[in-house]
Amino acid sequence: MNETGPAALYRSMRLIRSFEEQALALVRTGEIIGGTHPYIGQEAVAVGVCAALGPDDQLTSTHRGHGHVLAKGAEPRRMLAELTGRQTGLNQGRGGSMHAADLTLGILGANGIVGAGAPIAAGAAWAALRQGSGRVVASFFGDGALNQGVLLETLNLAGLWRLPVLFVCENNGYATTLPVEAAVAGSALGRAAAFGIPAEQVDGMDAAAVHAAAARAVARARTGQGPSFLECRTYRYEGHHTMERRIRLRYRSTEEVEAWRARDPLERTAGLLAAGQRAAIDQEIAELIAEAVEFALAGPHPDPAEALKYLYADGLLPRPGHPVEVAR
Amino acid sequence: MTKLSYAKALNRALADELARDSGVCVFGEDLGAGLSGLTPGLRDRFGAERVVDTPLSEQAFSSLALGAALAGMRPVVEFQIPSLLFLVFEQIANQAHKISLMTGGQISAPVTFVVPGSGSRAGWAGQHSDHPYSLFAHVGVKTLLPATPTDAYGLLVSAIRDPDPVVLFGPTGAMGVREDVTGELLPVPIGAARLHRAGTDVTVVAAGHLVHEALAVAEELAPEVSVEVFDPRTLYPFDFAALFASVGRTGRLVVVDDSNRMCGLAAEVITAVAEQGIPLRAAPRRVTRPDGAVLPFAIGLDRAVQPDREQLRAAVLAAVQAN
Ligand SMILES: Cc1ncc(C[n+]2csc(CCOP(=O)(O)OP(=O)(O)O)c2C)c(N)n1
Repeated sequence: MNETGPAALYRSMRLIRSFEEQALALVRTGEIIGGTHPYIGQEAVAVGVCAALGPDDQLTSTHRGHGHVLAKGAEPRRMLAELTGRQTGLNQGRGGSMHAADLTLGILGANGIVGAGAPIAAGAAWAALRQGSGRVVASFFGDGALNQGVLLETLNLAGLWRLPVLFVCENNGYATTLPVEAAVAGSALGRAAAFGIPAEQVDGMDAAAVHAAAARAVARARTGQGPSFLECRTYRYEGHHTMERRIRLRYRSTEEVEAWRARDPLERTAGLLAAGQRAAIDQEIAELIAEAVEFALAGPHPDPAEALKYLYADGLLPRPGHPVEVAR
Repeated sequence: MTKLSYAKALNRALADELARDSGVCVFGEDLGAGLSGLTPGLRDRFGAERVVDTPLSEQAFSSLALGAALAGMRPVVEFQIPSLLFLVFEQIANQAHKISLMTGGQISAPVTFVVPGSGSRAGWAGQHSDHPYSLFAHVGVKTLLPATPTDAYGLLVSAIRDPDPVVLFGPTGAMGVREDVTGELLPVPIGAARLHRAGTDVTVVAAGHLVHEALAVAEELAPEVSVEVFDPRTLYPFDFAALFASVGRTGRLVVVDDSNRMCGLAAEVITAVAEQGIPLRAAPRRVTRPDGAVLPFAIGLDRAVQPDREQLRAAVLAAVQAN
């Protein structure tokens, strides 16, 4: 069983927060190209849900996936190596921030297309049911995904076939700049209810509350009672993407951001720790991250001659785009 | 000796693979009833758990198959009409096809997508008559277009066993083809072309139902012209080595291709031969649908935008008479 006490939850959230802060710094220095979608502020959701999953359970993630991938147990140093495009990365530098995956841990991949992970999760869950493995699959997605047709099709199939899936909607209030009130007719919970899927709203700034709700849902899935839907009310402190600073988008007030920051999930959980515990965890994570940076930046860059290696599982190599070799 | 039809060959391939490998399963609409010809009898034999009648949710069940593949299964997805592939281009081209590379080889996605009835279905008009194989070959998804029942059998078997996503198109124009079969049906390797007829004057590259048109033209012209009929069978990967060998022998090239002219398969075949520097005795020719074609309803109009036997014969004669 996972450790689910406040120290474990705090440690996992601290890891994600520190990893993200480090990633932001590496975006600024140009070590991470393409930028990232920061998860800062939403840590309680990934940590609470993943604490309810066993090692054989699986998940699909989103463009804002670092938190989910780390919470499921991915090695921070290999994750950072992936973000910096190294051969030592989780995906050997072929995936980057939006596609981080670790199959050995049941992480079926982050996904650059909104809503696209949900049917994949449902398929893994369908197979789990057929194989009698008892595995449960969590599918994370944002409020923006609530308006993707494929997600609604998937809710229908999951409800109809009682698939062991946990749909986790991270409602952070915005799809890029579009407020959820301007996007969703009815409600997130209503969408699930329409397909006969038990749905519940949770405080997504409270890791323990998320964990409790997720644990109930996982238990339902494992005992053959089918899918559940969690709407986690949360917030991202940073911009949608690290590019956002540069283009100076204005779509939410400083007061709004500050009000959510005042409910910080790390602070909340830290308040439950014994004296000295927080400092010890913070110290441990700081060392882990420093070591991760060193590992990532020391990693070799993948060989350009192997840019399309892994395109086919059978090793088929595509014809090059240019018939004459050019020295680079 | 038995007469095997194209549709029955696909059905038998699927049945044999379902029997051989418990990881094989099928998703699609009206499979139990066997509406599209791929699955008659299979639900009764293998159960509704493996031959899964889905609601009309192509996008969900296409990626659901991918998720099942990631969990170790070998799903087959059937589409009732070819234009549904446009609806699931995201799931096939952007998800299933890309996942192996993007995960650095951690994942393979052995999903087979089948359309038993692609291309013109006389009288079904614009949204039911597409033959979008060139799009998938362009993207790099393994793309199969069998012309005969035995190839249909063998390629579907290979597709299901392949570790990568594969799209198999059964042309409507070939579904009625029947073949005398003696002995065992065998898998056909992906990426290996087939010479249906040897010839010395001109190589005609034809795929799918057009192979039969090419063979008819070759037969008609036989007294004067010796036509080699080259069927790639798999459009991606394409057997370029065999193509170059054939064109190298004949020195003339005509391609007949039921996709649109612009950026279509014929364009690639001719370009590849030109790039290879194979000396041609006459300009290469192609017979295709027009640029950006949408099949109109009236039967005369439908026929007018499909490549046909007359056009092919004219192209072959023009090629051989040019020199
Ligand atoms: C189907 C789709 N449409 C548009 C985009 C571009 N895009 C990337 S993230 C995003 C917003 C997603 O919002 P939400 O689902 O609420 O997740 P959040 O970013 O808030 O975590 C958009 C529009 C995309 N990747 N996929």
